[in-house]
This record gives sequence, structure tokens and C-alpha cells, in this order.
Amino acid sequence: MTAVPIPIPTTRLAAAWDRASNAFATLVRNPLGLAGLILILVLIFMAGFAPLLAPFDPSAQDLVHRLLPPSAVHPFGTDELGRDIASRILFGARITLRIVVTVGVIAAPLGLLIGIAAGYFGGWIESVLMRVTDVFLAFPKLVLALALVSAVGPSLENAIIAIAVTSWPAYTRVARAETVALRHADFIAAVKLLGASHSRILLRHVAPLCVSSVLMRLSLDMAGIVLTAAGLGFLGLGAQAPSPEWGAMMASGRQYLTDQWWVAAVPGLAIFLASLGFNLLGDGLRDTLDPRGRR
Amino acid sequence: MAKPRIVQILIRNLAAAAATLLGLLVVTFVIGRLLPIDPVLAAVGDRASADVIAQARAEMGLDLPLYRQFGIYLAQAVRGDFGQSVLTAQPVIADIARVFPATLELATAAMLIGLLLGVPMGVAGAVWRGRWPDHLVRIVGLVGYSVPIFWLGLMGLLIFYAKLGWVGGPGRIDVYYDGAVPPISGALLIDSLIAGNITVFVNAFRHLVLPASTLGLFSLAYLSRMTRGFMIEQLSGEYITAARIKGLSELRVVWVHAFGNILVPLVTVIALGYGSLLEGSVLTETVFSWPGLGLYITHSLLSADMNAVLGGTLVVGAVFVGLNLFAEMLYPVFDPRAR
Repeated sequence: MTAVPIPIPTTRLAAAWDRASNAFATLVRNPLGLAGLILILVLIFMAGFAPLLAPFDPSAQDLVHRLLPPSAVHPFGTDELGRDIASRILFGARITLRIVVTVGVIAAPLGLLIGIAAGYFGGWIESVLMRVTDVFLAFPKLVLALALVSAVGPSLENAIIAIAVTSWPAYTRVARAETVALRHADFIAAVKLLGASHSRILLRHVAPLCVSSVLMRLSLDMAGIVLTAAGLGFLGLGAQAPSPEWGAMMASGRQYLTDQWWVAAVPGLAIFLASLGFNLLGDGLRDTLDPRGRR
Repeated sequence: MAKPRIVQILIRNLAAAAATLLGLLVVTFVIGRLLPIDPVLAAVGDRASADVIAQARAEMGLDLPLYRQFGIYLAQAVRGDFGQSVLTAQPVIADIARVFPATLELATAAMLIGLLLGVPMGVAGAVWRGRWPDHLVRIVGLVGYSVPIFWLGLMGLLIFYAKLGWVGGPGRIDVYYDGAVPPISGALLIDSLIAGNITVFVNAFRHLVLPASTLGLFSLAYLSRMTRGFMIEQLSGEYITAARIKGLSELRVVWVHAFGNILVPLVTVIALGYGSLLEGSVLTETVFSWPGLGLYITHSLLSADMNAVLGGTLVVGAVFVGLNLFAEMLYPVFDPRAR
């Protein structure tokens, strides 16, 4: 039997590429993970091409044709102002993606920095930082976000900030746990002997090793961010009318529930599918990337 | 002689919980100061003279340094004084005491649904791991985690109330029966039984079924996933193999040997799950007009009644801290390895 030659990556980039494509192949073989990937790709596609895909202007009112049932012209019917619900769903995908990405971009690096600082320095710095983290973890996310938004005033930006403020502690916990394990590693001692500053050690040597765990945790939290944002929108504390945010669309459709059920049902279904997609993808990624999670 | 280990752990956990509570108060205090509306101007109107404004500011204690203001806030909060609600013109704490039993009843009913269905589902998933019952449990769990609870509630109302008429509509009870039984426990199901009033019991039950099931799907998803994980860990233990070799029935191995060992982590998870239900109840109560703490908070924030919002937030946070403390203490008390 002849051995099959395995191509050995020659550069760091090639190795990273091999790892990524292996992970992708494993993810795609997992049917639930693949379903999640497809749902999220559809969401991104909807958001990216909303102006091309939408049959109508999402904010064009047509009071003669209000509350129409689903038909060939309006696949999901029209709302109380005669706006095409399908077009609004397409543009709403942009808002949902924007919320998820912005919250991730704010909360994950913030949590990561606080976590590695706590884990690396130890002592009273760690105690203080982790105490603060625990305080934020002690609040139910939605309730704290509600209180914050009601204090600073309802808007999409404030809702995003409120969700970010309630989201970072999870990443702090993860990053601290990873850092504590690294704190006394030989390579850290070696860099220290070379005279590296604390900030250089933290940012160049510790942080990169924590990034993957933080990203994994973030992928599991995405669905929760979608649901919290939609919940804030539903309560009137997120994006304001006439924005086609899905939660806000549901809230305005609520009063027509009995006779024109599609006005509230369709945006809710969109929220459900987006959150399901993120959950499936997050689970799939965890099974693929984290052998410890494979049970 | 050193204090027993368990007492040390208790003291440490209590201190941590107290520090967290203090932190909660700092957070709500800061949120209260974030208001873009000047509370003084709101009280005296924008046409008041500078003297009147200064006097009102002094009366409200807003001319003091921030740390003194926080001290006053802290002292009041410890006495349970969260100020007056603008909306109801009642002390916030009295309002909360009035609405809290409704939330507790809803959350408990949801938790019971989660326990009675979710735990056996989790065990089934672990026992038939990788086979169809496991996949079914996993999919139900994924749906429970992903579905927006307010959408599920609205669709439930549409189908089971508006179209089929199987259940009672929004609210805890038909207006006709409001106040028909004396409030003893605060839970209508229990109070109506104590009063022996079956009509009210049936009516309250019809109103509770739908919101409790909506909220219950989440606790079902959560408990089945946790139970499955715990059971898989136990079932792979060597003592399980030993029990099987001894010839014990599979039923006994699963439910007595393995399940007996997950009771402590399970109770921990249930305590923490109660906290999540409190959070889920905010949206569920809004959809079902269920007159509990969640509806109270959302009503208050729509009318910018900040005392009520922050009081409610603090109470929810404090319950969270209490449940966490309880959960933390379970392991050291029941599992000697954790001491």
C-alpha cells in the first residue's frame, strides 16, 4: 500500500486556510449546522440586495390598499398604511444585521480587554473587575436594557448601546478563564524577559489566543441579541416608526391580529428564522471547532 | 479552632451577594441620573424663577455632592423606599408587592411545565443518544430557544383564543370574577381553591394555560438541554457499567442511579431558570396583559415613570441575586466534594 501524500502547508497563511477549510467541511457535513449557515446566508443576501429584491418602496404608503391579505402582488400582504410587508421584511433584514454586528463589534472587544486584564494582572485588579462583571451578570439582560433605554430615550442607536452594555460580561468571563490558564506559561515569561511591556504582552501575545473562544461565545449569543433587539422594538424602545424593524412591525400589527393576522405574524416569523439560523450555526460551529463540546 | 468549611463558604457567598446588590444599586442610581429630563424642571415647570428652581433642587437633595445623594438613595432603598410612582401615585414598593404574586404564579406554572416535560425529555435524549428521540428533543429545544416569545404568545392568542375559543383571553381572570375570592397566597389558582370557588378556579386556569405554556416552552427547552447534558455525563460513569453488570434493570440504572446523581445540579439549574423566566415574563405579560411585575415595568417606562422602572429593575435584580446565592450554596451543602 502506498501512502497518500498529504500536502504540508508551507506558510502560516496556508495552514490557517487549511484549518478553516477543514472546519468548513465538518460544519457542512452537520445537517443542522448547514441549515443554520444557509439561513444566515439568506439573511445576508436579503440585507445586501434589499433594494433590488424589494418589489415596492418599504415606506411608500397606499391607504387604498391597506391591510390586504397575501396575494401575487403582495406576497405577505400589506400593513395598516398600505405598505408592502415583503419589502419591509427585506429592508428589516438590514436593521437586524446591523444590530447584531454592531453589538458584537462593541461588546466582544470590550469584554475581551477587561477579561484579559483581569486574568493577567490578578490580585485586586482581578477582584474589582470580576465584581463589576458579576454585577452586570446579576441583572437579567432584557430588564437592564429596558431601564437603560427608557432613561436615555428610545431609538435604534440607544437600543444597540443598551444591548452591548448588557452583553460584554459573558466575554469577560471567557477571556479571563483563558488568560488565567496562560498567565504563568513559559512563553509569557520569555516575552517578559525580553522586556516587553504589559500592554504589548496583553495585546500581542495573550489577546490573540483568547479571540477564538470569545468568537465562539459570540456566535452562540447572536440569536439572543436578535431576540432582545426585537423585544425592545416590540415594546417601542428600539427602532422607531416608520423604520421597518421586525419587532416594531409586530407591535403595530398587534391590533389587527384577529382579522389581519399576517401583519404581525410575518415579521415574527422572520425574527424566528433569523434567531434559529444563528442558533443552528452557533451550535454547529461549537461542535466543529471545540472537540470538548462534542458529546 | 477554625470555623467549619461550610460556614466559611456561606459567609463568603453572602458577602459576594451583598457586594453585587450594592453594585445593582450603583447601576440603577447611575441610570436614574442619565435622564435627559431635568427632574427639577419637570417638577416646577420651565417658567419658574431661578429662586424657585434652586429651592426645589435643594428640597430634592440634588444640590448635594453625588456620593451624598447615593448615600440617601442607598438608605432609602434598604428601607424598601423606591419613591412614588407617578402613574399610580402609590409608593413603588406597594405597587410591586401588589403585582408580584401574579408574576410568581405565571413563572411557577411555566417552570412546572418545563419540569414535567423537559426533564423526562432530557433523560430520553441522553438514554437514546444520537437516535430519533434525541434529535426530536434537540429540535424542540432549538425552537424553544429561538422563537420570539411575544410572537409565540400572539399566535397562541390568535389560534386558541380568537379562532378556537379554547382558552381565556388576556388578563388573569374575566373582569366579572375580579376580586371574587379573598387574596391569601396571591395566586388565583390557590386562592380560589381555598375559597372553594370552582368557577373562579376554572376561569383562572383557562386564563393561565396559554401564557404559562408560552413561557413554559422556554423553560422546557432549557431544562431538557441541561438534563440531557447532565445525564450523558452520569451514564458514561463506571458505576453505571458496574450497576449494569450486577444485572440491575435499565429503568433502575437510569432513574435511580444516574438520575439520583443529577438532582443537585438540576435544582441549581431550576433556580437559575426561574430568573430567566422572570425576564421572559416581561414580554409574555405585555402580550397577555397579565398584571404582573413585567407589565408594571413596561407600562411605567412608556410613561417615563422612572421611579417605578428602577424599583422594578432592582427587585428583579435582587431576586436574581437571591436565586444565584441559593444555587451557589446547593453544591457545598449537598456535595462534599465541592467544599
